[in-house]
Amino acid sequence: MDVLLDNLDLYGPGFLNTIELFLIAAAGSLVLGTILAMLRVSPVPIFRAAGTLYVTVVRNTPLTLVFFFFAFAFPLLKIVDASDFGGSAARYYFTFAVISLTLYTSAFVCEVVRSGINTVPVGQAEASRALGLTFGQMLGSVVLPQATRAVVPPMVSTMIALLKNTTIAAGFSVFQAGSISLNLSERGENQLVGLLWVALFFVILVIPMTLLQRSLEKRWSIAR
Amino acid sequence: MRVRTLAVALLAGGLALTACGKEGTPGGSTPAPTQQVATDVKVDGSETFKKIQSRGKVVIGVKEDQPGLGYKDPTSGKYSGFDVEIAKLIAAKLGYGDDKIEYKAIASAGREQALINGDVDYYVGTYTINDKRKQQVGFAGPYFTAGQDLLVKKADNSITGPETLKGKKVCSVTGSTPIQKVKNEGLTEASNIVELQNYSQCVQQLDQGAVDAVTTDDAILKGYAAQEPEKFKVVGKPFSKEPYGVGLAKDDKALRDKINDILEAAISGGDWEKIYAATLGKSGSPATKPVLERY
Repeated sequence: MDVLLDNLDLYGPGFLNTIELFLIAAAGSLVLGTILAMLRVSPVPIFRAAGTLYVTVVRNTPLTLVFFFFAFAFPLLKIVDASDFGGSAARYYFTFAVISLTLYTSAFVCEVVRSGINTVPVGQAEASRALGLTFGQMLGSVVLPQATRAVVPPMVSTMIALLKNTTIAAGFSVFQAGSISLNLSERGENQLVGLLWVALFFVILVIPMTLLQRSLEKRWSIAR
Repeated sequence: MRVRTLAVALLAGGLALTACGKEGTPGGSTPAPTQQVATDVKVDGSETFKKIQSRGKVVIGVKEDQPGLGYKDPTSGKYSGFDVEIAKLIAAKLGYGDDKIEYKAIASAGREQALINGDVDYYVGTYTINDKRKQQVGFAGPYFTAGQDLLVKKADNSITGPETLKGKKVCSVTGSTPIQKVKNEGLTEASNIVELQNYSQCVQQLDQGAVDAVTTDDAILKGYAAQEPEKFKVVGKPFSKEPYGVGLAKDDKALRDKINDILEAAISGGDWEKIYAATLGKSGSPATKPVLERY
């Protein structure tokens, strides 16, 4: 208990930053992932190729490597300047942490959404085209709503993975839950106890997501 | 045709990659003095020394990523630096030559545990002596007194000490003592603090101009400055005291006293200066000899 109470200045801001990082990256990767899934099922070959290429290249590239690229290689390309971030190093690294997490996670989200689309019988798509709906209308009003229902469990898993992946940002100048144990060891605190507290808080963060999963599954369940 | 284009592209890529490698390694011009290996050494009542004797070689914990102090050449696998030379000197005076030393690279966070477990016989690697650590391990020395300092670009004259850091971007290792000090004392704004995985990454960011200063113990910074003296310099106004000691098992007083004797002889006998000149001294900054604190 002492380790926690003596170092509240680490735990408080640390977990707040983790949550902030998670929420922004989750929103970003859900949007980008869904767009990618739509590309992968689109009737236009070039769109399909673009979606496939992205997933092939990015899926499961070690996340540390993605971070590494944005922290060390990307600045050398001089596409953006540090002054674009108001000269704030903290905001600069935070932005790139969000981008790295979003790019990494959206490849998984894309495949999850696509597997959901595949559960919707082809007849549904054909019927909606026969009714005169465009591809976008068909996807948006008929296929995706049904697909979403099928992918709740794997999507929540992907999001929980994202939540825990945020700790990698500790090595790239974003202070969050992953930085806590590193700070503790230099303060001469018991690292094991410190890490147990970090683990406990992660479990507490995961519980609402599991509850959300359960309630969505219940609400959207249908008799097949 | 397509195959040839691909081959050319791969070749060009390969060339670009190899060209990125850093040239030159620390050490070289003035080699550190080689030590006479002592014979018939006795350390009565030392558990660790008994273990060394039965094993026939000595296992030393060092750092591998700090040029000038404890650095492992990635191509030759050889260790070099001030800490490594001190470790060698101690081994020689205990009766073990270079061929009977086994180095183990151990990062800061794992030091106490390695000594407690007996994974290493002793540890020489920027190990600051303090009371909290003395509850877990023993220390001989100090064999060097470092202090927190700043590494800046050679042409940068705007940073002259800790009080001139306001508005400057400062880099150090995530959660390390020096960066916690910068934060707690408000030496620069919170938005200007950059925390990376190791000092080499910070130095690289400094080289690229992404940060204005790297902060940690001056000994570590001098190592980087000695590696590329035309690029970087150490400000030279230390604002903390970090006495480096040789980490040992907590209760091995016999070996601790023996190593203290060895260090004392080296400091007064001139070996210490020679080792400094061959390693950290290349950065161009002078050193003050440490004063042993026996306990």
